[in-house]
Amino acid sequence: MQLVTNDHVSKPSSARRLKKIGQYAFLIVLMLIVVSPFLLGFWTSFLPTSQISKGALWGKLSLANYWAAFTTTPILRYLFNSIVIASLTTVAQVVFCSMSAYAFVFLKFKGRKFLFYAFLATMMLPFEAEVIPNFMTVKSMGLLNHFAVMVVPFMATAFGTFMLRQSFLQIPKELKEAADIEGLNHWQFYYRITLPYSRISIVTLAAYSFLTSWNQYLWPMLTTFSDNFRPVQDGLRQLQSSETFNNWGMIQASACIVVIPTLIVLFIGQHYFKAGLNEGSVK
Amino acid sequence: MLQRLPKQVDNSLPSLNLAAKYKLTDSGYAIVFLGPTLMLLVAFVFYPMLKTLYMSFFLTNDFGKTTAFVGLSNYVSLITSSSYLSSLGATLVFVLAVSILTVVLGVALAVTANQELKGIRLFRTLFSATMGVSVSVAAIFWLFAFNPSVGVFAQLSQALHLPVVNWLTDPKSAMVAIIISTVWMNLGFTFLIIFGALQSVPKSLYEAADIVGISKLTQLFKVTIPMISGTLFFVMIVTLIEAFKSFGLIDMMTEGGPDNATNLLVYRIYQDAFINGNFAQGSTESILLTIIIAIFTLIQFKFLGKRVHY
Amino acid sequence: MAIELHDVTKTYADSDYPVLSDINMTVNDGEFFVIVGPSGCGKSTLLRMIAGLISISSGKLIINDQLANEMPPKDRKLSMVFQSYALYPFMSVFENVAFGLKSRKIDKQEINNRVKEALSLVDLQTLADRKPRSLSGGQRQRVALARAIASDASFCLMDEPLSNLDAQLRAKMRMELKVLQRKLGLTVIYVTHDQVEAMTMADCVLVLQNHKVQQLDTPLNIYQHPKNEFVASFFGTPQINLLGADYGHHELVVNGSFRVPIAYPLKSGQYTIGIRPNEVEVTVNDRNANARVTEVSYLGNETVILADLLESADELRLVLRNQIDVKNADFINVKTVNQFFVFDQNGGLITTAGAKEEVTADAATIA
Repeated sequence: MQLVTNDHVSKPSSARRLKKIGQYAFLIVLMLIVVSPFLLGFWTSFLPTSQISKGALWGKLSLANYWAAFTTTPILRYLFNSIVIASLTTVAQVVFCSMSAYAFVFLKFKGRKFLFYAFLATMMLPFEAEVIPNFMTVKSMGLLNHFAVMVVPFMATAFGTFMLRQSFLQIPKELKEAADIEGLNHWQFYYRITLPYSRISIVTLAAYSFLTSWNQYLWPMLTTFSDNFRPVQDGLRQLQSSETFNNWGMIQASACIVVIPTLIVLFIGQHYFKAGLNEGSVK
Repeated sequence: MLQRLPKQVDNSLPSLNLAAKYKLTDSGYAIVFLGPTLMLLVAFVFYPMLKTLYMSFFLTNDFGKTTAFVGLSNYVSLITSSSYLSSLGATLVFVLAVSILTVVLGVALAVTANQELKGIRLFRTLFSATMGVSVSVAAIFWLFAFNPSVGVFAQLSQALHLPVVNWLTDPKSAMVAIIISTVWMNLGFTFLIIFGALQSVPKSLYEAADIVGISKLTQLFKVTIPMISGTLFFVMIVTLIEAFKSFGLIDMMTEGGPDNATNLLVYRIYQDAFINGNFAQGSTESILLTIIIAIFTLIQFKFLGKRVHY
Repeated sequence: MAIELHDVTKTYADSDYPVLSDINMTVNDGEFFVIVGPSGCGKSTLLRMIAGLISISSGKLIINDQLANEMPPKDRKLSMVFQSYALYPFMSVFENVAFGLKSRKIDKQEINNRVKEALSLVDLQTLADRKPRSLSGGQRQRVALARAIASDASFCLMDEPLSNLDAQLRAKMRMELKVLQRKLGLTVIYVTHDQVEAMTMADCVLVLQNHKVQQLDTPLNIYQHPKNEFVASFFGTPQINLLGADYGHHELVVNGSFRVPIAYPLKSGQYTIGIRPNEVEVTVNDRNANARVTEVSYLGNETVILADLLESADELRLVLRNQIDVKNADFINVKTVNQFFVFDQNGGLITTAGAKEEVTADAATIA
């Protein structure tokens, strides 16, 4: 084969159209694989359970399942609990992780290197393998079955510290020098320069910690026993395994109610992420 | 410096003294900035790890109190227990299948989404959507799909006059069901990461390949995959580590069954410690899990170390 | 309003050798003081010690008759313009300029006035609301300048502020900066590796090399009376010709190629002679040629010639004022050297000589 000329010169337009159709067909097939479980759940959430139980995927569409979920289950309470827990965790994580990351980047103190490696080491330790003593700790602190039990252990993470440290390292050292000349102390440089300069990373960490907290499953299952504090994950588990077991329409509606906040957080996070890519830095 | 402007009268002096009065050294600041995080990590990461290690050398009562020192015998009995070994085996199968499938599908999604077509942004958004689906929601969607009487798989089998499989009650198919659900949950995140890597491959590499007439498929294997191999490795390890920690889907879909076929390591810790009240055994299993995960995390650090300055 | 350095030395903790030793200098009020030297000579370190960003190992820094070695940067009443400008990307132009003032708790109206005035001085009043990323390099540079102007600092430190600009813009900003400095009567300490910036802007130049001060003088004196070979070769383009020479009989014999008479009594022996490229007169295709042209560039009002001395193959750089007809491989004769420097074996200046007399013949005939 010799040199290939431009597509649109050498190929007839019908072949190009065929190619395009092929591309779209492939995209749509993949898309269906990805979203079909979601679509199926969303669709059946509008069907009467009587129809679903017969194995039918058709029937009269209505919001009855949603109404039932709101009125006969504590789903709203679960949502509220999760929002409180995830928000508190997120705020605490952003504050504490950014502070410790600041210390590792901008403060000179004895044992900095050692501490940093100790932080890194904790990233190797899975929380799942530490639930036994942690359960005993919170039990002895009297935190069981309370919001605090799902917030306090997760208020700071080595991962968040590490991620923000990487971001803070990108801050040109001239900015710190300029701030020193202006007479800013560490507090001022931290909240007036460092945080706004790294706000993309801060938002990313916030989205990450919100989703992580929202997805907590094992820990709240061990530590909460009442609907007043139970977050959505274990709430849904409760619904699915209890007397409503065969009310598929309502369970699907509950799942859809739960998935919406995280989808919103995800799309907002993505928007920021893209904005961050376009931002670039000023040299 | 701007001399024509009125000079600042020394109103900076009092605040200066104030600053001097409350002046902190770097070490002082370090205590304030690092203190909270350090305390939390000590309380909820360092201490529990040591405590878990400690408990793994003892026998415990129903309340988790240590009763008798037994040395390594917890470990010995664990690694000679066929039930634990089968859990370990099932976990390895699960973890490998999940990470390989996730990366392969992630590449397929990312490559497909990396074309310049009208409306491609919608597809990109949808491909990343499972990232926003939490574990219990995913479990419910898939429980429905695998349900033997109302699920789509059962209905498809019926329509094709094939025997209806009760996915979640057969040991082999239950594992497959858990793998499918986990891979699906991972896809959104994996897609985003791989897609990001694809976008950073210079367009000129493809143009150069086009000019000498290399087919798109060859370009995928000879240009794209090598260029993003670092990212693929990273995603693979992250997925692997996360798969080792799987718990939620198993709890909701199979509860470790049928016949312990999906009783993966973390689920086992939960059962042994919190259901059976054998905290010593749970601790021992925790330590083994930690060792496995630490090894993979070290591999990941090694990779990160090449791109990240410590 | 003066800054004095007495025997200032800097040695980093992890090193045995000082990066700067025994620096003595005085910057007077309203002066444009340039610190110049090749990269790695310690000039940025010196500037950061004056700013208080780096500690001083020994010696004294005196700002306005006050010992300032331990004074924190903000108390030194200075502003600084960085090579990378150090603009805050998330703040508008206006906020960037106002930022330092705000942290000093100055009255709002006052800040407003100052920022506006500073921006108009650098011609940026229309861009006050823009973010730095939407500005060109030259505009960002001006923002950094406006920030320094607006502060109430009594002097301004500049760390290679023009080095990120393209050549044309650099020349323009050089002029503007100098005009602004005169107009406002600023005291500026300016660090650069570019000898042209030093020559064109400075009232006073400190030449740094090898961690030491090589010379401290006005630009004119530095050019006309360089203290040593390094200073002579650092200033002036094309570079000065430094050639080996033997002294005897009131003449310097340059590399066996030509002889320059000198009245100054030297001991006989080896010296280095420094000849600026424009201080030489030549004749072309002379019978007594002592060099051969290897490259000719016509620049319009002058001609730059590279030539090899026939005897020693040393390269000679020449700038001839008038358009002369000379081609590659032509033979030329170095006829007159109007002014030259004589350096001793250690590179130190012995004398500046102006030999208006004709160079006598070529060395080969004497030998």
